[in-house]
Amino acid sequence: MNRLRAWFLAPTWITVITLFLAPLAIILGYSFLTRGIYGGITAPWTAESYQRLIDPIYLVILWRSFWVAGASTVLCLLLGFPLALFISRAGQHKNFYLGLVMLPFWTSFLVRTYAWMFLLRDTGLLNTLLEKLGLIHSPLPLLYNDGAVILGLVYGYLPFTVLPLYATLERLDRTLLEASADLGAKPWATLTRVTIPLSAPGIRAGAILVFIPCLGAYLTPDLLGGGKSVMIGNLIQNQFTTARDWPFGSAVSLVLMAIVMVLLFVIARGEGEDLL
Amino acid sequence: MECVLELRAVSKHYASHHAVNGVSLNLARGEFFSLLGPSGCGKTTTLRMVAGFEEPTEGEIRLNGASIQHLKPYQRNVSTVFQNYALFPHLTVRDNVEFGLRRRAGNHIGDRVRDVLDLVQLAGKESRRPSQLSGGERQRVALARSLVLEPEVLLLDEPLSALDPNLRKQVRAELKAIQRRVGITFLFVTHDQEEALSLSDRLGVMNKGRLEQVGTPEEIYLHPSTRFVASFLGAVNWIGDVGVRPEAMRIAREPSRNGHRSRPATIVHSTFLGNCVHVDTRLSDGEPAVVEVSRLGETFAPGQAVHLWWEPADELRFDELHHE
Repeated sequence: MNRLRAWFLAPTWITVITLFLAPLAIILGYSFLTRGIYGGITAPWTAESYQRLIDPIYLVILWRSFWVAGASTVLCLLLGFPLALFISRAGQHKNFYLGLVMLPFWTSFLVRTYAWMFLLRDTGLLNTLLEKLGLIHSPLPLLYNDGAVILGLVYGYLPFTVLPLYATLERLDRTLLEASADLGAKPWATLTRVTIPLSAPGIRAGAILVFIPCLGAYLTPDLLGGGKSVMIGNLIQNQFTTARDWPFGSAVSLVLMAIVMVLLFVIARGEGEDLL
Repeated sequence: MECVLELRAVSKHYASHHAVNGVSLNLARGEFFSLLGPSGCGKTTTLRMVAGFEEPTEGEIRLNGASIQHLKPYQRNVSTVFQNYALFPHLTVRDNVEFGLRRRAGNHIGDRVRDVLDLVQLAGKESRRPSQLSGGERQRVALARSLVLEPEVLLLDEPLSALDPNLRKQVRAELKAIQRRVGITFLFVTHDQEEALSLSDRLGVMNKGRLEQVGTPEEIYLHPSTRFVASFLGAVNWIGDVGVRPEAMRIAREPSRNGHRSRPATIVHSTFLGNCVHVDTRLSDGEPAVVEVSRLGETFAPGQAVHLWWEPADELRFDELHHE
């Protein structure tokens, strides 16, 4: 019985070990080594990469990553909640609207991000249109700033908030909404006192699904932020390419991962308290 | 008799069927009124129209003389105890009970919540969540949450059906006692005839969207106006055109004495039920008839030929010209 169990679990263990634990061990090892002259790593062992992280330059990048990811998450929730609520009450058209939410996944994220560049740049569609209409005389700085990065992230990750929110709202017991109205609560009061508190699991799931990839985002800040809005993802990518500092890149990756794990742990504990 | 709730020819039509058809009803202030009927008879739809969750297709609903059928649920001073109680799972017992009080005047909220929790015997359980309560306790929270608002009419949608049978009788007695104490008008929907008979001051029997009869439990049981009402409330033996309740029948070896009606029958089976004996018989025309007697004076064997007799006064007669 136990042998059979072990055989069935073997593919899982092989996957976890080769694709997750082994690479993690390699990164951990790299982070404590010295950089090679042409990239790569070399002896001796040192914790210098971690000490360098305290440099204000990197703390600024870390801070910007947090606030860009946080702002994107809040905006995704603010836009996603009404959308999910609408879809959950759309009756027989639900699947059609869900299909629309998923539709962008049919195209590459890279291509869609480039499309935003064409829309937002100085000679882009938006600026050209506003100039032709005589509303502005010089192009608005729409691209290469934090705002553009947040826009791109919200655009890219909105479906990841809509889907878990939809799943929660869909399961919400309708008689609770009737009970709320029956007890004198107007629609807005029912929303804030019943619907939103009861969709907390979906809000939490949506927030996690957006915040974590946004925190480590690399493509969007690279294309829409230019060199001006660097996030941790760009910093890591830079260490493995132009900067040729693999140990430092590994150290930053591990610190990012540690921060995310602490956050998840805190959120999971909050969830546990809710159940009591 | 002061009328608090009035339904005037209220109908609810859906695309596929007529759920409620021309129901007219008056509820006196402080009375316990039950709507009784089989599932799908329109009783719950009627209740939901009074609560405001459904809008009548035709007719008028008046609360204290004012039309309310176009008002939203939160604009009506009626309150509902739902079949599944619909307690807010994220709120404590106290917060559930205070839910509807929030927008009302401040200082006395604490007192009112305490009073109503005492009334339903939930004092000491204020900080529990609904998931930590038993079925009976949840039912009492739902009741308290509505009662604390002092509604003109309390609407109860089969509130006892989710409880286990042992608890149901006890909760039934408590419910009646609470209604007497608070004096609030109860409109109680049920498919359980025993519940309706034991709780109600008056009751209405519904069938296929229509209200067939309204009256006190005694009136309806003793003088049902239609065959449906007669057979839905209690058992009836149909002998030709007349109905006779099993407990109004007697069994004897010989035909009736003067003034009694009688029919020859054959014993099929008898069942001892403790407080009474059920005797299944078959009339000479092949129809089954059940007799319920407190105790059998003599023993009857299956297959034995007997006579069933009853008093003419106990016959239920119907002249249903409009029978569908």
